[in-house]
Amino acid sequence: MSTLEIKDLHVSIETEQGTKQILKGVSLTIQTGEIHAIMGPNGSGKSTLAATIAGHPRYTVDSGSITLDGEDVLEMSVDERARAGLFLAMQYPVEVPGVTMTNFLRTAKTALDGEAPSLRTWTKEVKEAMAHLRIDADFAQRNVNEGFSGGEKKRVEILQLELFKPKFAIMDETDSGLDVDALKVVSEGHNREFARGAMGTLLITHYTRILRYIKPDFVHVFVDGKIAEEGGPELADRLEEEGYDRFLAAAATGTVKA
Amino acid sequence: MTEMTEKARIGAPSAAPVIDGFTEEGENLSPLNAGPVKAHSHGGGVGVPDSSRAGRLTSYKLADFAPLTGREEDWRFTPLKRLRGLHTDALTGAAPKIAVSGPNGSEAPAGITVETVGRDDARIGTAGIPEDRVAAAAWEAFAEATVITIPAELQAETGVIVSVNGHSKDPAAQHIVIVAEKFSKAVVVLDHKGSATLSQNVEVDVRDGADLTVVSVQEWDDDAVHASAQAARIGRDAKFKHVAVNLGGDLVRVTPASKFTQPGGEVEMYGLYFADAGQHLEQRLFVDHAVPNCKSRVLYKGALQGKGAHTVWVGDVLIRKEAEGTDTYEVNRNLVLTDGARADSVPNLEIETGLIEGAGHASATGRFDDEQLFYLMARGIPEDDARRLVVRGFLFEIIQQIKVPALEERLAAAVERELAAGNI
Ligand SMILES: Nc1ncnc2c1ncn2[C@@H]1O[C@H](COP(=O)(O)OP(=O)(O)OP(=O)(O)O)[C@@H](O)[C@H]1O
Ligand SMILES: [Mg+2]
Repeated sequence: MSTLEIKDLHVSIETEQGTKQILKGVSLTIQTGEIHAIMGPNGSGKSTLAATIAGHPRYTVDSGSITLDGEDVLEMSVDERARAGLFLAMQYPVEVPGVTMTNFLRTAKTALDGEAPSLRTWTKEVKEAMAHLRIDADFAQRNVNEGFSGGEKKRVEILQLELFKPKFAIMDETDSGLDVDALKVVSEGHNREFARGAMGTLLITHYTRILRYIKPDFVHVFVDGKIAEEGGPELADRLEEEGYDRFLAAAATGTVKA
Repeated sequence: MTEMTEKARIGAPSAAPVIDGFTEEGENLSPLNAGPVKAHSHGGGVGVPDSSRAGRLTSYKLADFAPLTGREEDWRFTPLKRLRGLHTDALTGAAPKIAVSGPNGSEAPAGITVETVGRDDARIGTAGIPEDRVAAAAWEAFAEATVITIPAELQAETGVIVSVNGHSKDPAAQHIVIVAEKFSKAVVVLDHKGSATLSQNVEVDVRDGADLTVVSVQEWDDDAVHASAQAARIGRDAKFKHVAVNLGGDLVRVTPASKFTQPGGEVEMYGLYFADAGQHLEQRLFVDHAVPNCKSRVLYKGALQGKGAHTVWVGDVLIRKEAEGTDTYEVNRNLVLTDGARADSVPNLEIETGLIEGAGHASATGRFDDEQLFYLMARGIPEDDARRLVVRGFLFEIIQQIKVPALEERLAAAVERELAAGNI
């Protein structure tokens, strides 16, 4: 049982116009076996939260804390965070020229485990996971994300989630840009890994569509760098009907009406 | 045989899909040579100046080539001031010493002969003729040539290592001839080390049915200047593989050329280069499809890091009117690891007959940037390993082609050293 705890997190970035505050006090605790959905309008800071957890150098933590089982995550480098068990499925996965998927997956697995995986079982595992996610076998020889379509990139993120078996998966809009079939395939990938019982999930999404396949235990509504409302799955249904207008108006006037 | 395929493009800039951080193909003059003369004109000399590769002046006589201005089509990227006199001075310095052995100092494979011969030897001039002033200067200046012969039908088990060790900075000339007689098979490595200011002509005669690999490794000291014209003549049904590895030296300019003289020939030309801060590494290759039914494949890959690192790749492929049934494809890829480095890439495919199997080219320059680093690190890979992963993966494809295990290891290690030295 692991716990990822985010406390009163304030994050800013440097822009050409000066420092811009993006996260304005976010607190959130996720345990193994829990699925938390974070929903919110464009620009509310969802990706900022995800990237800050992963340690992207662009984001400056001004105050607050992130701990994984009591360990200070903010003290860790990006690769240390990954090795500690944090995995970020990115909204815009990056193309890496010169590195084949095969080489990349094996190198990452070796780094994460501290030892090289047994070649035979690993190859089989990769093949099977690719087949489940309906990723063509020839992707293994292609360079990481190079020339992949948006949907293919998302599948490959979930492929990594299944192969790397993190303690906590942060999925940043994995659903965006997917058609219904791909959405199902990707959700099933997450659910297979989740069902093993060793992972907690932070699912960032703009739409409720994916929540039909990945059932959240908690829903947090993100507005203007803060959590504006929290609840169970029923909150997602309400957002589906009402949209974010209620929160956006509240953010503008500074009040939240239930 | 089909009509010219879709992918064929005539002398046009690459239409390959570009990847992130793509920089335009270089069409600029080297900053040091910038001047008002329009590109695509050749500097004087006899013969017809012509933007076609077929029309380029060739001559054994230095006097036939006009002094260089840096605005010539084939010199426009080269910083002439850094040639240390190769284009202006008499090449009277002591040429680097040549020693021939097997890999790791072992005996050279049995049967292979090494001779030092005078200028009048009949084998000189069989495969090459200078195509620029610096090569012609060397042709006029060399006193004696080294001739390496792989006798007919000999299948050399191990590589032939030709160590070229420079000890002087005086401008010098050198001439090497490699003859692969009929149905022989061998790998010859030209291993350049030390310091030199050298213009070199290497002639390679690949006779009928022979299978020859020539690997030219430029791992010079930091101050070396090296211009090397490496011209191969390909016989009937012969196979020739050329690998140019440019790692060390201040300015290295290698111009490998393969000319098919009989049908059925196959040529593969590979190149690997890694330019550090301030280094100028230039590779200009030429494949001359002058006869029917020959095949060529070209793949050059380069990595660059550091301020002022500059690489140039020009790939001239000429399919002459007679060369029906030609099949050719050339690719250049560059990986820019840091800001301040510049890769020029100019594929140039000229097709004079429509009756070919296929012809194409691709060229792209990509960047390794912080987002890529973040992505790899976010998967648990430490920073140094992430950079190595990218560069190794990128260049390994070429190293794999060498097929001399000892050399492959050495080059892999050299690439690692380049990375470590750059401290990127
Ligand atoms: N590099 C940057 N430069 C300037 N502003 C930035 C930068 N990165 C993020 N921002 C701003 O920070 C805010 C939060 O962005 P973030 O990407 O976290 O939002 P999001 O909730 O993930 O949005 P979306 O639903 O569109 O993915 C936005 O106003 C965005 O414009
Ligand atoms: Mg986002």
